[in-house]
Amino acid sequence: MDSFIVISLIKTAVVFAVLLTTLAYLQWVERKVIAHIQVRPGPYRVGWHGLLQPVADIIKLLTKEDLVPPYVNKPLYLLAPFLAMTMALLSIAVIPFGPQIQVAGYQTFMQLTDLNIGVLFVLAVSSMGVYGIALAGWSSNNKYSLLGGLRSSAQMISYELPMSLAIAAPLLISNTLSLRGLVEKQAGGIWNWNVLHGPFPQIVGFIIFLIAAFAETNRIPFDLPEAENELVAGYHTEYSSMKFASFFMSEYANMITVSCMATLLFLGGWVAPWPAQYGSSYVPAVIFALAGLVALYHGFHPARRRDGYTLPFFGVLFLIAAAVFLLPMVQSWLIPLFWFCAKTGGILFGFIWIRGTLPRFRYDQLMGFAWKFLFPVAMLNLLVTGFLVALRS
Amino acid sequence: MDVILFLVFAIIAVVCAINVVVQTHPISSAVSLVGVMGSLAVLYLLLGAEFLAAAQVIVYAGAIMVLFVFVIMLLNAGAEAKKGRSFTAQLLGLPLLVAFLGLMAYFVQRLFPQSTLVHFGGFKGGGVAEIGHALFTTFLLPFEVTSILILIAILGAIVLARKEMD
Repeated sequence: MDSFIVISLIKTAVVFAVLLTTLAYLQWVERKVIAHIQVRPGPYRVGWHGLLQPVADIIKLLTKEDLVPPYVNKPLYLLAPFLAMTMALLSIAVIPFGPQIQVAGYQTFMQLTDLNIGVLFVLAVSSMGVYGIALAGWSSNNKYSLLGGLRSSAQMISYELPMSLAIAAPLLISNTLSLRGLVEKQAGGIWNWNVLHGPFPQIVGFIIFLIAAFAETNRIPFDLPEAENELVAGYHTEYSSMKFASFFMSEYANMITVSCMATLLFLGGWVAPWPAQYGSSYVPAVIFALAGLVALYHGFHPARRRDGYTLPFFGVLFLIAAAVFLLPMVQSWLIPLFWFCAKTGGILFGFIWIRGTLPRFRYDQLMGFAWKFLFPVAMLNLLVTGFLVALRS
Repeated sequence: MDVILFLVFAIIAVVCAINVVVQTHPISSAVSLVGVMGSLAVLYLLLGAEFLAAAQVIVYAGAIMVLFVFVIMLLNAGAEAKKGRSFTAQLLGLPLLVAFLGLMAYFVQRLFPQSTLVHFGGFKGGGVAEIGHALFTTFLLPFEVTSILILIAILGAIVLARKEMD
């Protein structure tokens, strides 16, 4: 019992440290990727290639004056960022990152807790997250904030329906609501993942889920709650300092949560695309080794003089990483973790890519799309899946 | 542990419920109601009804109350002015409340004389599979009748909305 508590505390600390660091650096990655899409260097001054920019941003946000404007509804104004942040960070508690592992003689799962109703828990927590935005918009006593809050709550209620229906279909196939159980049902290879696995491949469900996820996280092309050319900054116009930062962080935390959910529900979680006996466990090592060799090659044929020093250094670093993936004692947990992070990272990259390339919807288009197209298609997908699952059993 | 958790969340639920009535602003009342729903969900969870707890949060706190808050925000309803209570309300309010609580306690005592405390994990029938099974076998008729009722309500809403448009 005591060791259970100690292990849980350690796991919580590790998961939250990693999550918060990822939140800070996801924002750096996003700025970099969008900058390169728009052919400019992005953050470059603070640290090497702007790598210390998140730290600078955190210091800036922490030391800014924390202003509470007059005429706001103070209790709700203070509650809103807290609510948004808590609900955004809570869902990570049920996300499994890998299989059962052994640490210093203890068997433990790479997951904070496994609930029988894990999927419902994530849905419940994410549906509570809308209060943060709606209350922030209302309590600020500002018309732009109010419009942002209104748009956001309407949008989130509307897109929750297709999202829930899209989630229900893989649940029917896997016959469980535990997130770990879902991944275990998809073990074996890419043909067992819900996105491709019969009786009805969930490719349509996966796309519906992704579209609804963009809307739920208020990302472009669905970022009407904070459309800057209409609403200044939308629901967080009146917020400053850490209160603003918590809205910002909650948006990124929600992005990570929905990417993890898409990975777990449709892409097989930490399962490799093909079984280990056909060599899937060497893929991470090969990828890192190739990256290392490319870096070494360019390091020895430098385009600029300083590349001659930096690229060999990173080449060696990548080769060491490749060697780590070949060590048998860490392979059991590092390789599942690699696949999970690769899939989640791929979806996160998609989020950023779309932000860099797509324009924003008009408001009536947004609502019409949810109710007249996405909802019927999700319903049809669920009906066909349910029918085929019933036929099979 | 069960008792402490029960007391904590029961007290939160009651305090939030009183707050719903006491607050003058509709948004504050709505947020307090969300608090009631949330603590009720925790109480369901303590009883072992995990699906019901999740459904309570998703449906009531996450959908219906969001809609309430949305409508209040959309109509921009202001705070209500406090009016003085009528003489009868001042005279009869507290005694009636006490009488009502006493009556409720009496009926609970009469209906369930020998109930023992429910312990967390003692009840196993609250999972999704059990609820689904019960809904589609034992309670099939009430379930379907409720579905039709909701369908009629949806159709009614559409008819009313169309009439407004013409």
